[in-house]
Amino acid sequence: MAASTLSPRVTRPATAGRRRAHSVDKPRRSVTLTVLTCIVLLYALVPLAWLVINSTKTQAGLFSSFGLWFDSDFALWSNIHDTLTYDNGIFLRWLLNTLLYVVVGAGGATLLATLGGYAMAKFSFPGKKAVFAVVIGAVAVPGTALAVPTFLLFSKMGLTNTPWAVILPSLISPFGLYLMWVFANDAIPTELLEAARMDGAGEVRTFFKVSAPLLAPGLVTVLLFTMVATWNNYFLPLIMLKDPHWYPLVLGLNQWNAQAATAGGQAIFNLVITGSLLTIVPLIAAFLLLQRFWQSGLAAGGVKE
Amino acid sequence: MSQAAPAVPRAADTGPVRRRRAVSARHRWTGWGFLGPFALVFALVFLAPLVYSIYLSLFRNQLVGGNSFVGLDNYTQALQDPEFWSGFGRVALFLVVQVPIMLGIALLVALAIDSGRLYGKNFFRISIFMPYAVPAVVASLLWGFMYGSRFGLVGNLNDAFGWHLPNPLAPSWILASIGNIVTWEFVGYNMLIFYAALRVIPTSLYEAAEIDGASQWRIVRHIKVPAIRGSLVIATIFSIIGSFQLFNEPSILKSLAPNSISTYFTPNLYAYSLSFSGQQYNYSATIAIVMGVITMIIAYAVQLRGMRRGN
Repeated sequence: MAASTLSPRVTRPATAGRRRAHSVDKPRRSVTLTVLTCIVLLYALVPLAWLVINSTKTQAGLFSSFGLWFDSDFALWSNIHDTLTYDNGIFLRWLLNTLLYVVVGAGGATLLATLGGYAMAKFSFPGKKAVFAVVIGAVAVPGTALAVPTFLLFSKMGLTNTPWAVILPSLISPFGLYLMWVFANDAIPTELLEAARMDGAGEVRTFFKVSAPLLAPGLVTVLLFTMVATWNNYFLPLIMLKDPHWYPLVLGLNQWNAQAATAGGQAIFNLVITGSLLTIVPLIAAFLLLQRFWQSGLAAGGVKE
Repeated sequence: MSQAAPAVPRAADTGPVRRRRAVSARHRWTGWGFLGPFALVFALVFLAPLVYSIYLSLFRNQLVGGNSFVGLDNYTQALQDPEFWSGFGRVALFLVVQVPIMLGIALLVALAIDSGRLYGKNFFRISIFMPYAVPAVVASLLWGFMYGSRFGLVGNLNDAFGWHLPNPLAPSWILASIGNIVTWEFVGYNMLIFYAALRVIPTSLYEAAEIDGASQWRIVRHIKVPAIRGSLVIATIFSIIGSFQLFNEPSILKSLAPNSISTYFTPNLYAYSLSFSGQQYNYSATIAIVMGVITMIIAYAVQLRGMRRGN
């Protein structure tokens, strides 16, 4: 759908534009507009530049040098080394925890959303209208409103302070389900499913052989967005976890930062800054590498009305 | 969001399952097989806490008498609680100021990129989106440091140029500073949603308008913006929900600006403090429910209004 209607227009200017210098497809470039948009570009990038520049400074250098330029000594490598080894390498432990939450939480959320969205799009079954109403309602309920009761419930079940307390709630993405539902509805022709059933393929086999490949762009989109949500999740682990050994990266960074404010705590701002940089690099890399997929998937979900 | 969906089940109803009734009897429950895992976890982490929090809000734990049923007393207390209303007023102000600014910038950038008049538009699109990948914790620490007087940019600028910029972490500025962080995080995300919607408007519409001599602004006002109304409504609803849930940024900035951010700065922060510092679980659940209901009512009103104007 959106993915397929999108691509012809994107590729067209290269060929059709050559005939006429300026057309609707390929209008004249505007310097003024580019400069104006550059203001927003700078707004987006300057803080990231600040982070990169300041991760090359020592703790003393942070205080003595101008924020948007490098200090005389380049301490990035020693900062990275110190970040990874501080407190017996707790940062690496946090990184592994984060990976665990992301792989199981976001991976599981994507799987559940894909299966569920497929069911909603391609089957009619008893109670479907009710499921629809409940899930749409769920998108509107503020997630944090449920945090306290979830904590109390999990603490009765003995799940708090374990990885399950973070993983289980991450498994549900109502928005992911909605996106896969819309996507499956358009990406999988019903005739194709009928044909597969005529050939005697079971439902599970049909799903994996016929439907899953068609769902791939939507699936990558949901995966990326649930990954960001899990990687960046702060509130849920904050209430669920007491033991720093189960912290994800963002909670650990916040603890390092808060350490400066406590009596007798050692200020390690250079490690907080370098750790922040290390935390965002994998996500930015994932977004850049998988652009093609998530942009078409996002188009599908955002456009539908 | 919800206005999107009614069309979806209908499309499936006309599928083969409905047409061939003999087969449909056998396949009636197949859908549940696929939906089952989601439904099961959903019930555990969503429905159960929801029911439990309603239950909690009807009880009160007192030193004398222990846990007792109090009916709607917690709700009456919440509705008369000045700390709750002060937090609510703050997020409402935030909503009214920050959301239009953020969505306005996002729409302008999306229109600029879609116009095809920019040099290097792909670079713009991906760069402006990048902050979305930055966790709220990192974004808040990053901006918090830049705001700060210790080694922040604001201090740098004051020193270098002899300016007297106000301290962004001071009580009178903190809400605006938080608004800036949230805007920075989500402007690119909303821009992409709008841009994706703009891309699927048929080019023929612009061609016709251009032949009729319509200016670019007229095309934007009368073709582009009405065509992406659905995306605008969805983005507005998500931003409203986000504003009312405001928690991460103030909670993290609290360690950098302890005097500017109270324990009841936002309703969510208040609910959190009540539970985890005050052990007042029942009252905390009540605050969360009141806030959830208000959010849903406002989101629903925006959606109705957005749909009606579309007709």
